[in-house]
Amino acid sequence: MAFIIADRLTKTFPGETRPAVDQVSFEIKQGEFVVLLGPSGCGKTTLLKMINRLYEPTSGRLLIDGVDVRSMPATALRRRIGYVIQQTGLFPHLRVEQNIAVVPQLLRWDRARIEARIDELLDLVELPRSYRRRYPRQLSGGEQQRVGLARALAADPSLMLMDEPFGALDAITRARLQEELLRIQQRLHKTILFVTHDVDEALRLADRLLIMRAGRIVQFDTPLAVLAEPADDFVRDLLGADDVLRRLSLLTVADALASDGMNGDHTAHGIQETLNPGDNLREALIRVLRSGGRPLPVVENGRQLGRISPDIIASALTRKTHALPD
Amino acid sequence: MISLLFEAYHYFLANQPRFWAATTQHLWISSVALAISTVIGLPIGIWAAHQARIGQWAINAFGALRLVPSLALLFLMQPYLGIGALPAMVALTLLAIPPILIATYAGIRAVDGDVREAARGMGMTTAQILWRVELPLALPSIVGGVRTAAVEVIASATLAAFIGGGGLGIFITRGYALFDTRIMLVGAIPVALLALAAELVLGWTQRRLASNLGTAT
Repeated sequence: MAFIIADRLTKTFPGETRPAVDQVSFEIKQGEFVVLLGPSGCGKTTLLKMINRLYEPTSGRLLIDGVDVRSMPATALRRRIGYVIQQTGLFPHLRVEQNIAVVPQLLRWDRARIEARIDELLDLVELPRSYRRRYPRQLSGGEQQRVGLARALAADPSLMLMDEPFGALDAITRARLQEELLRIQQRLHKTILFVTHDVDEALRLADRLLIMRAGRIVQFDTPLAVLAEPADDFVRDLLGADDVLRRLSLLTVADALASDGMNGDHTAHGIQETLNPGDNLREALIRVLRSGGRPLPVVENGRQLGRISPDIIASALTRKTHALPD
Repeated sequence: MISLLFEAYHYFLANQPRFWAATTQHLWISSVALAISTVIGLPIGIWAAHQARIGQWAINAFGALRLVPSLALLFLMQPYLGIGALPAMVALTLLAIPPILIATYAGIRAVDGDVREAARGMGMTTAQILWRVELPLALPSIVGGVRTAAVEVIASATLAAFIGGGGLGIFITRGYALFDTRIMLVGAIPVALLALAAELVLGWTQRRLASNLGTAT
């Protein structure tokens, strides 16, 4: 059974005629990374905040793990859900360790358990343990958001809500934190609902994209499927679905090689540059072009798996696009 | 001028028991007024900060109270509360409430909306948000309000002597009645020093708290 079930969720704010979220229904499986994407005002943040009841739905039902969220006190519900927001919302008067300890303390964990958990989380988000005694203002924006992430993970919630968590960070820090988040997700398998209006971020992180417009879901599918078959012109424009580079960034070198049949032991004299099977095809194309269009060898653990040429990339692109949806 | 101070000092030496009694009473009247006004002003400020519309209206109403001159307030009390320390304390309390209330209101209103939302989203109750987040963050502002109130109260407590409330004002009323500047100085100088001390101590506290929060300018 699905982990989260929304049944005709609707939110109309007082004094407004048009609902911010209009009869939205969807199901999310445990461990899925779902990105809510859409232009500002589309209702994605409102939808997110109905899940931990920061906004109470006007009508409709929401089940988490089979339980109606309205069957328990809102505070008890929220303590079981990790919550990360854009400007981190770290408590400026509390040290890093105290910030991380907030929810465990609300849940009355004993001290030793909290202490151990703080160290564990700092390691997880790759902050030195010496940061425990620092105040948020003594950290950079990226470090602050790592603390925000650690704080949300503190009580080991199975569900995480993230409201444009990286929106205020510079591009390099944002990319690094996206990578960290994916790494953490591979280890912890949380169910994540992540709001963004950054298309590249959405494509990079999502198992499935929930695309909204004017309070309704327009399309809810994997990034590749949405790019290949946009539901309408709105989605096409939003994603820049015609953007070939964007599609390539969702495919890996391994995807292209698997079906190419050009495998074998090519010796690569005089060529220093190599590709990894895990590199995305956009990156691969850039590097192939940079080396003058010559095919580059794909190497894993010292063994050459094949070569990537512009032709291979082109055929991988058309094949993947047509193969979907399956 | 120097000789005047010297003579005032002589008067002080000759009247030490009375001086210390007056100082104690001055501080007593001021502290009680300050304590009561904090007990009243703080909760109203907290309440007003959580009201979307009437909060600002209530704050303005209390702010208007500051426009009533303290001397007028003092004499207005008299028909109802008679003379002595009690009406003085009531008048000083009314005088001290607005700065404390307004500072509390402003301090809590200034708490970052993201911080408040994070607190709510993490499952804090309204009371937990108040005690663990809003009040600690508003504390420098609140202490600033108490500082303003303390200085006003200590200076205005001088007026208590006009209605038989005692305090260091007795030297000023007496000096004035006798056209004796020396005696007036024995009241005026300590009052100024006490007000200054309150300003310095509470100002230092406020800056310490603010720098702990990283909000110092």
